[in-house]
Amino acid sequence: MQRREFFRKSVRAGIAAGAAFNLGSYNKLWASSSSAAKYDLVAVMGGEPDAMFDLGIQELGGMGTFIQKGQKVLVKPNIGWDVVPELAANTNPGLVKRIIEHCFRAGAKEVYVFDHTCDNWINTYRNSGIENASKSAGAKVVPGNTENYYQEIEIPTAVRLKKAKVHELVLETDVFINVPILKDHNSTRMTACLKNMMGVVWDRGYWHSNNLHQCIADYALFEKKPVLNVVDCYNVMVKHGPQGVSKEDVVTMKSQIITSDWVAGDAAAAKMLGIDPQRIDYITVADKMGLGTMNLESLNIRRLKM
Amino acid sequence: MTSSFLRKLRIFISSLLLICFVLVFADFRAVIPEKYINYLLYLQFVPSALKYIDLLTMAAGGFIIILLLTLLTGRTYCSFLCPLGIGQDVFSRIGGRVKKKFRRFGYKKPHTIIRYSVLALTLGTAIFWGLYLLTLLDPYSIFGRFMTYFGEPVILLVNNFFTWVLGKFDVYSLHHVDIRGFNPAAYAVPSFFFLLVGTMSFVKGRLYCNMICPVGTLLGLISKVSIFRVKFSESKCTRCGRCALKCKSSCIDFLNFNVDVSRCVNCFNCIDVCPEKSLSYGFIGSGEKHVQTSDGRRKFVAASALMLLGITPGVVGQQKKGAPVPGKASTVKEPRTFPVCPPGAGSFEEFTEKCTACSLCISVCPNNVLQPAFKEYGIAGLMQPVMNYHRSFCTFNCTRCTEICPTNALKPLLLEAKKLTQLGKVVFIKDNCIVKTEKTACGACSEACPTKAVYMVPYEDSLLIPETNQNICIGCGHCEYACPVVPYKAIFVDGNPVHAAAAKPEIKEAEITTPEEFPF
Repeated sequence: MQRREFFRKSVRAGIAAGAAFNLGSYNKLWASSSSAAKYDLVAVMGGEPDAMFDLGIQELGGMGTFIQKGQKVLVKPNIGWDVVPELAANTNPGLVKRIIEHCFRAGAKEVYVFDHTCDNWINTYRNSGIENASKSAGAKVVPGNTENYYQEIEIPTAVRLKKAKVHELVLETDVFINVPILKDHNSTRMTACLKNMMGVVWDRGYWHSNNLHQCIADYALFEKKPVLNVVDCYNVMVKHGPQGVSKEDVVTMKSQIITSDWVAGDAAAAKMLGIDPQRIDYITVADKMGLGTMNLESLNIRRLKM
Repeated sequence: MTSSFLRKLRIFISSLLLICFVLVFADFRAVIPEKYINYLLYLQFVPSALKYIDLLTMAAGGFIIILLLTLLTGRTYCSFLCPLGIGQDVFSRIGGRVKKKFRRFGYKKPHTIIRYSVLALTLGTAIFWGLYLLTLLDPYSIFGRFMTYFGEPVILLVNNFFTWVLGKFDVYSLHHVDIRGFNPAAYAVPSFFFLLVGTMSFVKGRLYCNMICPVGTLLGLISKVSIFRVKFSESKCTRCGRCALKCKSSCIDFLNFNVDVSRCVNCFNCIDVCPEKSLSYGFIGSGEKHVQTSDGRRKFVAASALMLLGITPGVVGQQKKGAPVPGKASTVKEPRTFPVCPPGAGSFEEFTEKCTACSLCISVCPNNVLQPAFKEYGIAGLMQPVMNYHRSFCTFNCTRCTEICPTNALKPLLLEAKKLTQLGKVVFIKDNCIVKTEKTACGACSEACPTKAVYMVPYEDSLLIPETNQNICIGCGHCEYACPVVPYKAIFVDGNPVHAAAAKPEIKEAEITTPEEFPF
């Protein structure tokens, strides 16, 4: 009884979210006719994370292109591991802060930040610097540590991940901004946009035991897609990922990739690590499923240096 | 000193102390600094004595202060400092309210045989065999278990309720904490004692403290020579008997103007209730009566004190019975040979000999990885903390359990030392692994490993499969916890009977360099 009710509620929330998202993209089309969204992907190099975002988002027409006044926004960084920012296992806190500021400037009513951490969440939120950075920008930092924050959704067209439990914020917010950090990854070879979604679900073990690459691609079918993916490539963990052991695992690349197409974002990010995107199964699977394009040649890419 | 002042002072100090203890055990967000927890624990008699035997330093000499305090003032510890005693006062008070019309107290003869037998047995087994009886009967440890098994869940329920309410208003300043409980069998002993101590105090005040508690009996013996005590002024007394009816210890024989000092816990209720101010607390006067103590008893007191000081060592380190013995490996079921002891334990033997299962470490562990042992350490190690990697893992940047152990069963570790302390070694069972059985990618174990003692190597097709390097493994169990295979994991940590030093992970510069141009 309760279960069914719960399920009905989540579907309704899903529909509402989907509708909101569609509305969002229509508005985006409107905006694109004027000046913005001429580019499918913007890549910036040479600046600090916040300054690169300022420049990049301007090229895409500003945050107002993606957020309507009064909307609730979810900013989802990677806050996986209990390490300091210099070790680059988590998204750069300065970047997260600047994105939140842009959201509020564009009229966001509320901005939320959370991640389903791998390490102890209280320490991870604190030591990553993201909790403080987000709060100082006025965002609400929300726990993701217990199952009761997660609600079941269905992905009927998925191959393996037909059901998942996602954090209530994914369903309750109007706009979703994905802010992964690019890292080496010991099982999927690389983590960025698509793989960052493992932090919005409760049961990651299911993904691991049910064809990980397929599940990563499957999740991208869910209606609530990010309007924007900001890939932090400032400090990049090039080995021992995703957690890292020492600062020798990190290379400073001072780069950033901003795009609405997360498959393209991942393909570009893979190249930053020197990996052919063809070798990463979840990228090729997602491309074949039509969730985005990994063919960067076909895209209008804006490359900027600071 | 006015008579009611002492009682008020007792109530004030004991309430404060009880609140502090409840906060320490309920501190699931780990906000109370370890330093303050140690201040609070310093004066706990049994833990302090055990720590002293281990370290022989005044830094663990809280129990000596208690002994001196008892010589001077009597059983002040029992009313002012013992959390179990204070807790019983709360129960007794409620009991008094409920059973108002019944005559609960009044002078009773002491349970001499029972209390001295329990004390002798507890001391005897502790010295010649192991801590078992002391673990069961140490009042602080009993209180600790009550808080860990029953108190904390209640506090979490309240927390979760408020989290839920605030969540409705979009406020996320509190967070939900799952109440997961322990192995049901682990509840047997604490439940029994909760019923025993709870009922006894509810109905009969401090009966438990005067009949069973070995610390109470020991301090009672010492009290017999104490300098300050509750005494009668025979000329003022009208023999109304109010004091005897008020006495939680049932130790006032007003007809003979006698207070049994071995059972008096210095609650000062009698002084407060006496309308004639006939009772007072002070220096024993020359003309007042008190029970003469025999030489034999004095010798026993002295001997017990010496034993506690660790002056008869050498017999403590006996081989434990029922301890697990390394077994033979089977193929798919995790072939565990040893349980994993918490960091700071040093070795399985050292640890199980010193731990009184007060469960404070279990309560304060931010990751909930410490669980009371059921059969992992053998029957003697019942309720002692053991690492349970199916439930959680030991977080890399944390030493909290090692810093608060009141008996020094867990020795303090600096974070850098803890990061190189090998609690156990990783073992990979390829035949259970997703990559082999399902032919799909996984790597959850390697992802979780903080030292990369678990790493991925090429396997069939483009797949990667875990490989292990036991030298740099610290046995934190994150791999085992993350492994999605059920019911047996494909990777697990086998405990080290003696904790070892892990090698530092090898550090190499990255081959990739800072890019000049976009590679796309």
